[in-house]
Amino acid sequence: MLTALLVMTGIALVLGAALGYAAIRFKVEGDPLVEKIDAILPQTQCGQCSYPGCKPYAEAIAKGDADINQCPPGGEEGIRKLADLLGREFKPLSEEHGVEKPKAVAFIDEQTCIGCTLCIQACPVDAIVGAAKQMHTVVEPLCTGCELCVAPCPVDCISMEPVSETVQTWKWKYPVIEIKAAA
Amino acid sequence: MIGRLFSFSGGIKPDAHKNESAGSPIQPAPLPSRLVVPLRQSTRATARCIVQPGQRVLKGERIGEPEGFLGTAVHAPTSGTVVEFGRHTMAHPSGLETRCVVIEPDGEDRWIEHAPFDYQGASREQALGWLRECGIVGLGGATFPSHVKVGKGAGIDTLILNGAECEPWITCDDRLMRERAADILAGAAMLRELIGARALLVGIEDNKPEAIGAMRAAASACAGDVSVVPVPALYPAGGEKQLIRVLTGIEIPYGKLGGDYGVQCFNVGTAHAVYRAIGHGEPLVSRVLTLTGNVERPGNWEVLIGTPIDQLLPLAGPKADTDRYLMGGPMMGFALPRLDVPVVKGSNCIISASPSLFPPPPPEQPCIRCGECARACPAELQPFELYWFSRAKNFGKAQEYQLFDCIECGCCSYVCPAHIPLVDYYRFAKSEIWAREREKSAADQARERFEFRNYRQEREKEEKAAKLAAKAADTRAKLAEAPPAGGTATAQPPDISAEEDPKKALIAAALARAKAQKAAAQSNDTGTGVAQEAELSAADAPPLAPSDTPPRA
Repeated sequence: MLTALLVMTGIALVLGAALGYAAIRFKVEGDPLVEKIDAILPQTQCGQCSYPGCKPYAEAIAKGDADINQCPPGGEEGIRKLADLLGREFKPLSEEHGVEKPKAVAFIDEQTCIGCTLCIQACPVDAIVGAAKQMHTVVEPLCTGCELCVAPCPVDCISMEPVSETVQTWKWKYPVIEIKAAA
Repeated sequence: MIGRLFSFSGGIKPDAHKNESAGSPIQPAPLPSRLVVPLRQSTRATARCIVQPGQRVLKGERIGEPEGFLGTAVHAPTSGTVVEFGRHTMAHPSGLETRCVVIEPDGEDRWIEHAPFDYQGASREQALGWLRECGIVGLGGATFPSHVKVGKGAGIDTLILNGAECEPWITCDDRLMRERAADILAGAAMLRELIGARALLVGIEDNKPEAIGAMRAAASACAGDVSVVPVPALYPAGGEKQLIRVLTGIEIPYGKLGGDYGVQCFNVGTAHAVYRAIGHGEPLVSRVLTLTGNVERPGNWEVLIGTPIDQLLPLAGPKADTDRYLMGGPMMGFALPRLDVPVVKGSNCIISASPSLFPPPPPEQPCIRCGECARACPAELQPFELYWFSRAKNFGKAQEYQLFDCIECGCCSYVCPAHIPLVDYYRFAKSEIWAREREKSAADQARERFEFRNYRQEREKEEKAAKLAAKAADTRAKLAEAPPAGGTATAQPPDISAEEDPKKALIAAALARAKAQKAAAQSNDTGTGVAQEAELSAADAPPLAPSDTPPRA
């Protein structure tokens, strides 16, 4: 009886120690699910989801605090991907968080700019260059189109310009069969 | 000499339609009323404009400076005046605009001073730079910059000249080989020397006996190991990987180029352009173009780059029932979005299409997986699988089935009994995948920049705090050391530790300093005694200094 107890206790201790060691040794840094969700999000860092950036939103989704349909820049496709990843049902974009728009970049009217640096401070990806009392300008390839710089501008010199298609970004269309009018 | 020929799998034999235009010699096209020279000659690279409207240019003068690794220079095709620098429709299936230099010819066609380039005396880099400055790109249609191709890969053993011209209707390379064989081989010899190859193989489809004869005659006068090899006429024998396979038996795997296997391939037109550039110092300003199809006078013309297509068409006289124009061949070409688009370096043929010559395809039917397309595919893919995945927008799976090995030759669509426009699906899938990759890399960049910005803000905050603390400590030390200004009646700095709140301490110190100064000024102005001053400061003190520390008199 006593031997059996001792043996069981011994096994429990050994296994417990092994598990405890493994928990420390093979600890997963960060939440891999958060990384996966973050990879789907468009990284505009616009805050339209009501979280301060894509990563916090990804964390909130992983925790279950936020729904998957709060990201307007990601659009319907983003929601579908999130639904696939998380095994949830697809739902349309929540209207209170905004609407899906074609990609645009910020444009500063350099004639009007007074050099207040407010937009520089607002830009989440440091895509605006300029200095106090100097003209500012947007580095177009870096702009994510988050619109965060539009509101702080005191002279309203920032507008969002839709990105036009170029020969390099042009895409072949999905082949469709033209339906001819019946003669 | 070459022992035997190999073969690639698949391929088709469409009606060649070469006879229409093959008999007519190359003639120089008349000068158009204006030339629209796109600075972007291919989707890959563009050039920067270095001329201004109103400026006079000579034939061969540089108007565009190469930009980027894949860029090549662009030159004025004739002498005249630059009248505009603006956006014009490009010869591209999208019909989008690109920046063009518009030149009004003065009719003199006067060359800029040019001299042959001594490529044997120059270093390899200089020679490559020369090709780049002369705007030499592959004239087979892909317009890949030749200096990059020549510069790539060491230990290349064989140079292949591609004279296969496998697409139906096109005869510009055929005529070029018949008429300028010696120049082509001279250019090929230069290319061979530049890439350090030993052997030179010229692959020509066997349906061009005159071209083979002319090239053979010219080759017999050439030094070194040159062989002209007739290859069986089978579309797409002119594909780079296919021609290399036929001539050398080397099968280039996915993601590799001929240069990785000791073989480099150039079009015969490119070799000719290289000869003009090095042997005469002439940049690439014109090319041979076939005008054929549903026209009265099919022929081959030496056309200046930038000539609007609608000014060329009267040379051939399109018939009344022409409904559209194709640029390139019927297999891989595209319908021109507009007729005022200019000829670019990669334009080899304009086909006038009519419903009788190119009947509209019968309605698309469902795929029954008959496998005809897989038998025809020269890249040994399974087109029907690619079709399913592209159609279902399952792009990951399409890539697994090697979508990017597809050369878009159109063999599968040609043989498909269900008349499915297969290549359209592959093009759609490819451009979607590229767009996604662009978005992905943009998102990764944005994430990185956002994280760095957060880190930077954090760091700046810390630095600011540290600076403030240091300054506060510094001021306190100074105040403690310095003899009390304004005599004995200086209010002590309030006893707040800097560790607690450096900012508060700093403000308190500044206030104390200001007070001392004020007191000193007062004593000077009014001549009040020290005792009075002390009283004044005592009266002032309570709101600032704690009341339990009365100022010392």
